Amino acid sequence: MPHSPHWIVPSLNLLASLLLLISFAMLSRRRTQRLITLFAWQGAILFTSTCLVAYSSGHKELYYSAALTLMLKVIALPWILHRLIRRLGAQWDSELLVNIPTTMLVGLVLVIFAFGLAQPISLMATTITRNTIGIALAVIFLAFLMMITRRKAITQVIGFLAMENGLFFAATSATYGMPMVIELGIALDLLVGFFILGIFFFQIREQFDSLDLRHLEALKEE
Amino acid sequence: MSHPGWVSRGVVLLQRHDLHWVLLLVLGWLFLGAIGLLRPHSLRFVARGLFPAGAVLGLGVALLGAVALLAGQAPQAMVLPLGLPNLPFHLRLDALSGFFLLLMGVAGAGISIFAAGYFRSGEGTAPGLLGLHYHIFLASMALVVLADDAYFFMVAWELMALSSYFLVVSQHRLPEIRRAGFLYLLMAHLGALCLLLCFGVLQGGKWQFTFDAMRGAPLAPLWATVAFLLALLGFGAKAGLVPLHGWLPEAHPAAPSPVSAMMSGLMLKTAVYGMLRITFDLLHIQFWQWGVLVLVLGLFSALYGAIFAGVKTDMKRLLAYSSIENIGIIFTGIGLAILFAACHLPLFAALALSAALLHALNHAFFKSLLFLATGNVLHATKRRSLGALGGLAHTMPWVATLALVGTLAIAGLPPLNGFVSEWLLLQAFLFTPRIPHPFINMLVPLGAAVLALTVALAAYVMVKFYGIIFLGQPREPALAEAHDANWLERIGLTWLALGCIAIGVLPQIALRATGAVTGLLLGQTVNLSSRIWWIAPIGAKQASYSGLLLLAGIICVVGITFVAVRILAHGRFRRTVPWDCGYPWQTSRMQDTAEGFGQPIRHIFGSAFDMERELPSPSDSAPRYRIHVEDRLWRMAYVPIARAVQRLSDSIGVLQGGRLAIYLLYSFLTLLGLLAGVL
Repeated sequence: MPHSPHWIVPSLNLLASLLLLISFAMLSRRRTQRLITLFAWQGAILFTSTCLVAYSSGHKELYYSAALTLMLKVIALPWILHRLIRRLGAQWDSELLVNIPTTMLVGLVLVIFAFGLAQPISLMATTITRNTIGIALAVIFLAFLMMITRRKAITQVIGFLAMENGLFFAATSATYGMPMVIELGIALDLLVGFFILGIFFFQIREQFDSLDLRHLEALKEE
Repeated sequence: MSHPGWVSRGVVLLQRHDLHWVLLLVLGWLFLGAIGLLRPHSLRFVARGLFPAGAVLGLGVALLGAVALLAGQAPQAMVLPLGLPNLPFHLRLDALSGFFLLLMGVAGAGISIFAAGYFRSGEGTAPGLLGLHYHIFLASMALVVLADDAYFFMVAWELMALSSYFLVVSQHRLPEIRRAGFLYLLMAHLGALCLLLCFGVLQGGKWQFTFDAMRGAPLAPLWATVAFLLALLGFGAKAGLVPLHGWLPEAHPAAPSPVSAMMSGLMLKTAVYGMLRITFDLLHIQFWQWGVLVLVLGLFSALYGAIFAGVKTDMKRLLAYSSIENIGIIFTGIGLAILFAACHLPLFAALALSAALLHALNHAFFKSLLFLATGNVLHATKRRSLGALGGLAHTMPWVATLALVGTLAIAGLPPLNGFVSEWLLLQAFLFTPRIPHPFINMLVPLGAAVLALTVALAAYVMVKFYGIIFLGQPREPALAEAHDANWLERIGLTWLALGCIAIGVLPQIALRATGAVTGLLLGQTVNLSSRIWWIAPIGAKQASYSGLLLLAGIICVVGITFVAVRILAHGRFRRTVPWDCGYPWQTSRMQDTAEGFGQPIRHIFGSAFDMERELPSPSDSAPRYRIHVEDRLWRMAYVPIARAVQRLSDSIGVLQGGRLAIYLLYSFLTLLGLLAGVL
């Protein structure tokens, strides 16, 4: 390792646990606006941790992906999301399918499962960040859980984006990031997917006067 | 060789690069289809430019097929740098492929030139798209017979199914046509699935999917039987063998007439090709039980088709059932050939196979001809039901005359081609006593009786077909304005009719072609007679036939009669009503109807049908008689299967609750399950 000052690993672990904490916070929030703020924070932590890994491992290309994260996930997407919910008038409403304490308990079980799963992988990994693979997996699971338990279309998109954050974190912590081409591709995919979903939101609202996904149940074949 | 020098040089040149030339022509078809898209709505461009060009290419394909057949050269093979990595497309041209290329080329040329005059604007799909599907269909059929590995075969096979599906539903605004198209697509895919499994068995654990590797993979008897049964299911579904025939009477009438002709005349033959390729080429052994199975299925299909053709009153549906009958006859021949080959009687096997191949060729001519003729009737009268037709011989003399040739041929009357193949097949039946299995050689002659019954019924059906449409008085006043075929259509019909006559009069030439195929598959050719104008398949003592002498005899008798009448009688033409049974006046309602003509068959074979009859009461002032005949197999086999599938899919549909959260939960649980499996 070229530079690996002793403070790097503890601070990476701290960032990872902050990420996990934010994921739990997202599970417990009701307001969409708060969710977006939390999502932006998640992006910021991801940016910091990627910079740290890049600094300690000497992989210069990780700086590019960190910059990409900063621009896309901390600035652009939260800004667009904020604008979107203001125009849709969806700042406040958020309905849960399962109540928050139950969701948290399920989340706990998922975190334990993720850690159990990550153990053999972290034994094989050689990166300095290998201890955080479990947390990355847990973030993915929790984001997925959030998608399942929310009723509004917009919260599902936030859950989807948070899941991508978890995947990105898993990639940096297990293998020092994916090849640049893949990362650029994923970033583009996210952006395009996001725009398409944005269009869908307006369509759904126009059709049903609400963004509640319950109305989509009528679409199934009898 | 007595040819002039340049002819033989040309033949040599064609021989050497035969496969390349065929491939070039097939690509030409694809090209013609593609450039139709440049001006998809211009009927003039597509019909007057592309279809005739396609017909010319068809003649070229036929020529190259004939060269491959008659030159007696070693098979040519090539590998195309297309397809998947490590799975390139293999092509091969041997006598069997050559025979079917010849069949497709000659009959396809006639259909193409007819189609050039047939399609009108504003009938469903745009002409350019129709041309695209049509030429892809032609090209894919040619590629099916050229393919030399399972992968390429399946690609071409599916291309054929899909392009023909789009042709069937070209008038997709009608719901019954969409339904027929769906049924066709479903059966085509079920068949393709069986074929895929069949090739999976044939590769014999080597995971080599070229046909060459399959030829060299000796299978255990059990697996060979499994492969054979799968092939029979797959190709039987495409050919319309009963009980896999359900799609055929629906799809053929739904398609435009040239497409019906192509499907019936050409596409069904690809199934025959596949059956022969797998049974005699890829499988290295045959069992007599297989032969009995195919024989029974073939005879059953033949009889079944003939009976249903007898009671159907829609002219295209009638012809579709007649296709089932003819396919049944072809498969009877194949079954007999397998039986003889398994009992080591190659000469008789070659005889039966020759009869089957010849019948396939004949059917391509006469059935295409008849389907095209119904297309003309349809355009001229807008009617498909026989009950609304009649007396068209006066207003459509060209179509009536040429359809008469097809009718006589399909009815199996000498000196036309249908007679020769059916006669040869009956000859082959006569040699079953040589089979060393006592029960078989007692029971198979019964098959000959069934075949004879079928042929007689087919003749009966054709009397009905021709008589009700073209003879008698018009049943509707609008029929008096029916117009005849245009000049392009006349060329197509005449070409096919000439084919029927030529094969009937000179079957020696066609039998040389089938001889090359039997030589390849069985190592044996049928002995043609030493006397040049005669064919005597086994020996002149048993039986022999000369189409030319028969034709000469017929011409003589007719000529003498004609001259005698002119000389001895008054010698003037006079058009008058026939004897009218003493009635003071006659209306068209007093003629025999199609329903009435089919009544005896409906009565005798009543147990095969589901009938619904409405009889008028005696005091009815405007009596109407209505009868509706359904295929009983439809109710007994198809409907229960469809219901079971429906129930199954309904129970799977429970999973699809419509709630997004539940769907997400499915994928989440799947993910967790898979990860837990890793643990």
